[in-house]
Amino acid sequence: MGELRLMKGNEVIAEAAIRCGCDAYFGYPITPQSEVMETLMANRPWEDTGMVVLQAESEIASIHMVYGAAGSGKRVMTSSSSPGISLMAEGISYMAGAELPCVIVNVQRGGPGLGTIQPSQADYNQATKGGGHGDYSLLVLAPASVQEMHDFVVLGFELAFKYRNPVMILADGVIGQLMEKVVLIDQRPRWTNEQIAEISGTWATTGKSKNRKKHVITSLEMDSFIMENNNLRLQAKYDQMKDEEVRFEAIECDDAEYIMVAFGSAARICQKTVQIARQKGVKVGLIRPITLLPFPEKIIAEYATKVKGFLSVEFNAGQMVNDIRLAVNGKTKVEYFGRMGGIVPTPDEVEAALEQKLIRG
Amino acid sequence: MTEEIIIAGFGGQGVLSMGKILAYSGVMQDQEVAWFPSYGPEMRGGTANVTVIISDERISSPILHEFDTAIILNQQSMTKFESRVKAGGTLIYDPNGIVKHPSRKDINILRVEGSRLAVEMGNPLTFNMIVLGAFLKAKPVIKLENVKKGLEKSLPERHHKLIPLNLEAIKIGQENLEVVQTI
Repeated sequence: MGELRLMKGNEVIAEAAIRCGCDAYFGYPITPQSEVMETLMANRPWEDTGMVVLQAESEIASIHMVYGAAGSGKRVMTSSSSPGISLMAEGISYMAGAELPCVIVNVQRGGPGLGTIQPSQADYNQATKGGGHGDYSLLVLAPASVQEMHDFVVLGFELAFKYRNPVMILADGVIGQLMEKVVLIDQRPRWTNEQIAEISGTWATTGKSKNRKKHVITSLEMDSFIMENNNLRLQAKYDQMKDEEVRFEAIECDDAEYIMVAFGSAARICQKTVQIARQKGVKVGLIRPITLLPFPEKIIAEYATKVKGFLSVEFNAGQMVNDIRLAVNGKTKVEYFGRMGGIVPTPDEVEAALEQKLIRG
Repeated sequence: MTEEIIIAGFGGQGVLSMGKILAYSGVMQDQEVAWFPSYGPEMRGGTANVTVIISDERISSPILHEFDTAIILNQQSMTKFESRVKAGGTLIYDPNGIVKHPSRKDINILRVEGSRLAVEMGNPLTFNMIVLGAFLKAKPVIKLENVKKGLEKSLPERHHKLIPLNLEAIKIGQENLEVVQTI
């Protein structure tokens, strides 16, 4: 077993990045995730693993530094919070188009605009439906604990390279600021040039030798027929993600008459709501999507014929609820409860909403 | 056992670090812990609070409506959190600066004159450890030896020479807990 520590979610992102052999981090500070770069700087990984940690002049610069380094087959990441992620949207679309692996962490705060620095989940649509332009998908992981903040950095890099696609860790201010126990992986070495050649040698710009064609990292293609084929290749990849990468947790769903669906810190709050409601004799369960994209639609469709209704609990105006409605396809009632602008509901508040919207409603 | 605690007071009183030491102490006795601070434009003199949960089981929500114990260290926090102690729960407060004392009849009310005792100790910075001592007397959820280990773990090594002073402050807090009301 690895080292046990008590750490903040944001600090763990940094620690996991160093330990899994990340080559570089480029970022720009913003609350509530500034501890990510602070922790990286304090650890000085450039002295041990050789990892580059660089504060860029802006989020736009950060994501394009990630683009450049990822093009060379390196494991690179960035992190920001909502307004900063909006600034990165162009670069994220370009990376998806150029099929570049990377890990992007969004510790969400309330919007729109500069909004608030308090926790929010209002970037669900941005993360899962685009954000940037074009027909692209990210792979989106939603951590609900400090341990998952750690685990999803490691997993995120694996998936990013499996699919040559940007992976987003969609956290929020609660998980970023929360301190819990975490078991850290042992330090892994960064990839050597030989390993990079083996893993990404067919596409990465690692230095052209005489006996191979040049590798071009770009999302641009002026020939529409080729561009359509590029899109078809991307779509096939996204279909493969749907088949192979759906992850979720089902809590007390077996005998449930009602099911709440929540991700990230909202799912933690709903776990307590499940306890409170069951003490009152209400049979309620919780489905926690771990991958928001691909969305766990099959499990929701399965329960749609068994339960009296779903309640989507989100810190936003009701975004994931639309994906639940698509999965349920009219077979049962789907309601939404949430708070906005940085307000985090308590488990009791969610329980009252469950009662009002689903059970009596 | 699950103990859900809110510690609330002024920024600069050591509210967050008291919570951190409590959380580390919980880890030292192999329990699940969660530490969740109010964050934002908090500063010295503004309000600050932290939720600490110590449990034998996996912890669900770090966001809570009601608490087993509220440790209240200024009037704003009294106004905000007195109503959020569970019925049958415990409220511990420092009367310094409190103008509206707690009035609920369905909770245990205890007090410790942390500010005065810290001044008497000759070091106002021991305030939060005196209050922690009072809490541990009221709710012995953590063994003192694990608090010592928690201090060692949470304080940077250059501050380890201050551990005996902190332990002394905890002892003074334990000895000076006053019962206002038990139910």
